[in-house]
This record gives sequence, structure tokens and C-alpha cells, in this order.
Amino acid sequence: MTLTEIVDIQKIRADFPVLDQEINGKKLVYFDNAATTQKPIAVINALKHYYEFDNANIHRGIHTLAERATRDFEATREAVRKFLGAASTEEIIFTSGTTNGINLVASTYGRKFIKEGDEIIISGLEHHSNIVPWQMLCEEKGINLKVIPVNDRGELDMEVYDQLLSEKVKLVSVNHVSNALGTINPVKEIIAKAHAVGAVVMIDGAQATSHLDIDVQDLDADFYAFSAHKLYGPTGVGALYGKKALLEAMPPYMGGGEMIKEVTFEKTTYNELPYKFEAGTPNIADVVALKAALEYMDSIGRDKIAAHEDMLLQYATEQLLQIEGLRMIGEAKNKVSVASFVIEGIHPQDIGVLLDNLGVAVRTGHHCTQPLMKRFNILGTTRASFAVYNTIEEVDRLIAGLHRVKKMLA
Amino acid sequence: MTINEIQDEIIEEFALFDDWADKYEYIIDMGKKLKGLPEDQKTEDNIIKGCQSRVWLNAHKDGENLVFEADSEAVIVKGLVSMLIRVLSGHSPKEIAESELYFIDQIGMSQHLAQTRSNGLVSMVKQMKNYAIAYQLV
Repeated sequence: MTLTEIVDIQKIRADFPVLDQEINGKKLVYFDNAATTQKPIAVINALKHYYEFDNANIHRGIHTLAERATRDFEATREAVRKFLGAASTEEIIFTSGTTNGINLVASTYGRKFIKEGDEIIISGLEHHSNIVPWQMLCEEKGINLKVIPVNDRGELDMEVYDQLLSEKVKLVSVNHVSNALGTINPVKEIIAKAHAVGAVVMIDGAQATSHLDIDVQDLDADFYAFSAHKLYGPTGVGALYGKKALLEAMPPYMGGGEMIKEVTFEKTTYNELPYKFEAGTPNIADVVALKAALEYMDSIGRDKIAAHEDMLLQYATEQLLQIEGLRMIGEAKNKVSVASFVIEGIHPQDIGVLLDNLGVAVRTGHHCTQPLMKRFNILGTTRASFAVYNTIEEVDRLIAGLHRVKKMLA
Repeated sequence: MTINEIQDEIIEEFALFDDWADKYEYIIDMGKKLKGLPEDQKTEDNIIKGCQSRVWLNAHKDGENLVFEADSEAVIVKGLVSMLIRVLSGHSPKEIAESELYFIDQIGMSQHLAQTRSNGLVSMVKQMKNYAIAYQLV
């Protein structure tokens, strides 16, 4: 079989209008998918349709448009529930994205239930968005932050994790997949071990949801956050899953409309789940369009998407390793379609600038993971991350581009 | 030569290139040729932080004129830095403070100044002018 037979790649590419353009006179190769994926026409049309026909505020009006908008908004909640394998839609809170979800948990669960002298564990693979909210909480409350170290392959050192765990640990927050290296973390094991000492676990799913099947009940995750824009959906929207009992025990995050049951100047009672955490008019249009993104992924088949991306990663890794002076950063046994690398004597920014002139979009720099870059003693990497619409020919363009870049900078 | 005469000279040099690669090879070459700064001058005081690459800038007075020295860890940025030094270094603080840099746009490199987060170039130009303003006052 040829390498591209897993999915109907030409049909898929036709679904993404943005791909059909030239950059600097060359056909665009978009390999910055871990930053954000492109949007299929189904998602763009869902946004357009909402504003053209259904726009209204939700959960309030009794007119037809309000009913339609509310119905579609809540239909996405059900779709997300199914997508994450959650037990109930009460456990699905719409957010502006993963960062928002993590901050919500830190500010509500964290503030209420974690106290001075307690410990929070994160990992050396975390994005700044899963470091800083916990640091802020730790500083405010006198909590100690512990970090699971990363080995040379870019995997978490689970032996040290075992040693870090104790009765003092109240919360563990790690990513399911590393944005900088692509490492898939053994979150099921991490969660089980944390639960054994009575800690709750927050999973940053930003980089996992477009590649892996997620089942929060099977993982037994307490909190799981993701962003729509990383899985072919719109920007500015995401969801936070939380176990019902935890969400019920948590105080609200923001006050305002929608999250209340009854307001008097003496006392306000809060709305039930999930509305308790959704103050103000939400990002209705983007929530509605998120459903189209989930349906799009299902229409191709999530296993096929993963297989296609895996094939691209294997091919790209083989080809990249043939480039003299190139070193892969992140060689975990389990990883998603992220190829992060450095080339001896060349600054990643120079690679990025020149590849852009060749029409190839990659990410260069520290990927918002400065502690991780420090761990590998590098300034940053060049990262090519693959999505369902990428092809073998595009990988070849990257490789040819890198040879050219090396020659130009030599 | 005045600041504007040097800018016009650079624009003319770039007019010879009809290919993006020639342009960048020229910038890379300039980056490699820039003397840069000795390690002991790459201090926190001299650093201009960008999201992806750092630039170090040093200024001192030579007679009536202000002289700049700079360095960067990324060679394309270093090449652009080299051009900024060629244009601004060795002029009076007044001239530098009042200068208007149009050559970057004219040679088609304005995207490097627009990406404020990715490199320290915008801050570097600002810092060069700040030095000039400060030296005007002494």
C-alpha cells in the first residue's frame, strides 16, 4: 500500500479552504497544528449559519431564535459530553479554552480546598498555562509546588513521581500530551496513584483531544480541560470537565448573570451545574460551531486521523534524522504527531524565518515551556506538528527546506 | 553620509536582488560579519528580550557622536541589527533621535519589525533612540 491510503487526503484537503493558497509564491505547508489547527468548511459554515439565522441570547428569551440558539448551544454540550466520555452534561462547563479551565479550577477548587503547607504536583513538561495558575495559588496560600522531572527522551520520571506523592499532596496537574515534545503521558497511572494518596487530578488536554480517544471516566480524571481551536474548531472556546461532586462543592468562579438562581441585595443563591460556572453571555456562536468540529472528526474517524498522523510522524522522524547535525528533542515511546528538533549551530528563529519564505509554516522558540527548554539546555526548538490534512509530500517540502536553510546559513 | 543617505544606499543594494534567497543570504552574511559583543558585555543591562531571540545593545560617546555595538544569537536578526548600526551608529544624538527609519520597509523586511514578540528589533530601535535622547541631555 502507499503511505497515504489511510484517509482520502485529497477530499480532506478540499474541506480546508485556507490550505489552498500560496506563501511567497509557494504552496502553503501548514505544520503549526499544535499551536492551532485550520478549520474545515463545516465549522466555518456553522459559524456563518448561526449569525445569519439563529443569533439570540440563550436560556432567557422565549422567542424562536432564543430557543434555537439555546438548543444548539446545549446540543454542543451533549456532543462534548460524549466526546469526553463524561457521565452527565452537568459536568461540562464551557470556557474560553484550556487556560481558562485550569485557572477556574485553581481559583475555585484550589482556593477553597488547598491550604498552607499542602502540596501541588505539576510536571517538567507543562505549558506555562499549567504552571503559572498553580504558582499564583501557591504564592497566595503558602502551598508548595513540586515538579515531576523529565528524562532525556522527554518522558516523565515516574519513579520520582512515586516519591513525590504523599498525604500532603492535594492536587496533581499534568498535561495529557506535551505541546513542545508530543509526549503522551501515562495519565491513567498518574491519576490512580494520586487518588491513592487522596489528591485530585487536573488534566490539561489541550494537545491530546485532536489525537487521542478521551474517556474521562475510564481515566478517572477529576478535571479535564481542552480548547476547541486545537481540534479543528473555533478559537475562544473550550470546555472543562469536572466530576459532579467536585463541581458542586466548589464555589463559583465569576459572578454575573446566568450563574445565579436568585439575587437580592442580602444574598444570592447560585444556579445549578453547569450554569453556576458560566457567568455572563457565553461565546454562543463558537460553542455552536464546536459541535461541527467534533462531527467533522467523527466523520473521518478518530482512529484513522490518528493512524494518518502517526504515519506522517514516523516518516518525518526518519527523514529528519538523516539531516546532519539534527537532534530530535522528545523521543518518547508514546507520542503524538509532533516533531521537535534542533540543528547544531543554527538558531531556531533563523530556521523559522527561512522556512516561512519557502512557504512552510512551523513553530520555533520555547513553545511557552521555558522550564522544559532549560531542562534540555536549549534556547528553543523548531517544531513541526501534523494534522489530518497534511501529506507525505509536505513532509518532503519541509525536509528539502531544511537542507536549503542549512546551506544558506552555513 | 547622513542617516538618510545610508538608508538610500542600503535600499539601492537591495534593489539588485530579485530573489528572496539572495536578499536573505546578504543579510545572513552581514550578520556573520558583525563583530558583535564580547561575552562580558552581554549583560542583563544590555539585553533586549524578544520572545525567540535576544539582542544585546551597547552605546558610547565618541567625540560628538554616538556609537552603537550590538549582538544577537539569531543570525538573521544579527544581520538586521548590523544594518541598523550601519545606519544609526556614528551620528550625533540629535540626528539619531530625529531620524525616521524607512529602509526596513523599503527592502521588504518590515515583517521582522512587526513581530514585536518574536525578536527584540522593535525594542532595539526604541532603545537606540532612547540612548540618543539621553545623550542629548548630557
